[in-house]
Amino acid sequence: MTVQDFEKLFQDRIDAEIKIEAKDWMPDAYRKTNLRQISQHAHSEVVGMLPEGNWISRAPSLKRKAILLAKVQDEGGHGLYLYSAAETLGMSRDEMIADLLSGKAKYSSIFNYPSLTWADMGAIGWLVDGAAILNQVMLCRTSYGPYARAMVRICKEESFHQRQGFEILLVLSRGTDEQKAMCQDAINRWWWPSLMMFGPKDSESTNSDQSMKWKIKRKSNDELRQNFVDMIAEQIKVLGMKLPDENLKWNEERRHYDFGEINWDEFWAVVKGNGPCNKQRLEARQKAHDEGAWVREAATAYANKKLAGKTKAA
Amino acid sequence: MNALIDYILHLADTTLILSQRNSEWCGHGPILEQDIAITNISLDLLGQSRNFYQYAAQLLNNSTEGNKTPSPGGEGVGAEVTEDSLAYLRKEREYKNLLLVEQPNGDWGQTILRQYLFSQYQYLLFEQLQHCSDEQLAAIAAKSIKETRYHVRWSSEWVLRLGDGTGESHARMLKAIDELWRYTGEMFMPASYENSLNIDPASLKKAWEEKINALFTEASLPVPEKVFMQSGGKTGTHTEHLGFILTELQYMQRAYPNCEW
Repeated sequence: MTVQDFEKLFQDRIDAEIKIEAKDWMPDAYRKTNLRQISQHAHSEVVGMLPEGNWISRAPSLKRKAILLAKVQDEGGHGLYLYSAAETLGMSRDEMIADLLSGKAKYSSIFNYPSLTWADMGAIGWLVDGAAILNQVMLCRTSYGPYARAMVRICKEESFHQRQGFEILLVLSRGTDEQKAMCQDAINRWWWPSLMMFGPKDSESTNSDQSMKWKIKRKSNDELRQNFVDMIAEQIKVLGMKLPDENLKWNEERRHYDFGEINWDEFWAVVKGNGPCNKQRLEARQKAHDEGAWVREAATAYANKKLAGKTKAA
Repeated sequence: MNALIDYILHLADTTLILSQRNSEWCGHGPILEQDIAITNISLDLLGQSRNFYQYAAQLLNNSTEGNKTPSPGGEGVGAEVTEDSLAYLRKEREYKNLLLVEQPNGDWGQTILRQYLFSQYQYLLFEQLQHCSDEQLAAIAAKSIKETRYHVRWSSEWVLRLGDGTGESHARMLKAIDELWRYTGEMFMPASYENSLNIDPASLKKAWEEKINALFTEASLPVPEKVFMQSGGKTGTHTEHLGFILTELQYMQRAYPNCEW
């Protein structure tokens, strides 16, 4: 069979909604795209622990502290599933982490914004996890089997994350004037970066067409973004807060909300490393990696000793 | 009644402060799996502390003593005591946690050793407490001991790995022992409230030492001898670290008093 034959068979399987598994033949570009996307997703979970981890020690009640700890821990767990899924494509976790630390691999830009007040824990849960869920629900049906299965597990936990975020804001929205102001301020700061999470406009997105054909993605960036705006524009009414967009308006004809233009200069600046926290986030990962080196070495050395002991005994 | 409340607060404060310390690792652990594990232990300890605080609050609300404790409910004297008023509105000299648990995380070895020394003690303590005559206390101990069993296993595995891993990890464990050993004696020195309740922590000492000796021997680590033991945490005289821990822990409740969260 020629490569063209393989490619035809591959596309036929995708079109028939049969999942691609690790040992199946796949085009090189399919492997690379999935590896890039899944590892980036894994890195996002791990880097995403930082802005929320920032408030664990200061959570305002024991109950909130417990919920936040559990949530950030879940994110670490999601990172694990995703690294495992990515490893099935032939790259080790160590290599992926090296790419993250060198800046070669990206993670979601949203985590390059600072979490400044307690209300940010609410806004991150509601808006950031809310945006992530739309993407992840779609990915439960992605064509690469290990990725799809990891997403199914992750989605179950993410809906709890979004609810707890909304609940934090709901309590603030019914609180004192200071709490209400804190709530509105967090929404103002997180709204536009959340919209940016869906990536460039479809007209500007380089990888989209092929990814749709291979059913890695099933909805375009703009479609997902519109779904998100429609969802949040309704939910915010419950909070009695405002989204910071004067152009946000229900469009009866389209049956969708219209919304204002995203600041794409800011989007690209953050992607290129100039967000408020890019440097700080990577430094935190680098520091954990460096300071953990002796621990990993000791664990390996000890495991080897035990193994040698067993071999000797046998 | 006062002695019982003090004792429960001692248990609550100790588990809360260790939880707070361990949670500093969240997102910064040496290996992702271990980041998750230490966070999990932090959550377990937080859960234990909440059970103790809730019980103490219940006792305080049923006694006149409750009137002296401020509450985040805000009405000051006479307000209802809650788990949060006890955790967030008591000050440095009122906290009764062990000195051991407020010590800084240091490196992974120090955190591991602190956890092991404490969990081994806590396990023996809960073994006794689960049979004590106070039903509520017995129930909390019986529920918590399952978690503690895992904490002992997890931390002792790490003591072995680090003690018997590389030259560097061994040296770091020696340093950790040097840092922390002086705070272990306090666990076995009864405070007046323990005496009043006929709780004798000294009775746990021998079993604890046997466990530690066995593990340290296997990990090629020395058990220190004749170290002067620091004490005072149980009765509110702490190391300088506690003030900073509480500053962070209590920040929101202090900056925005009388709010719901």
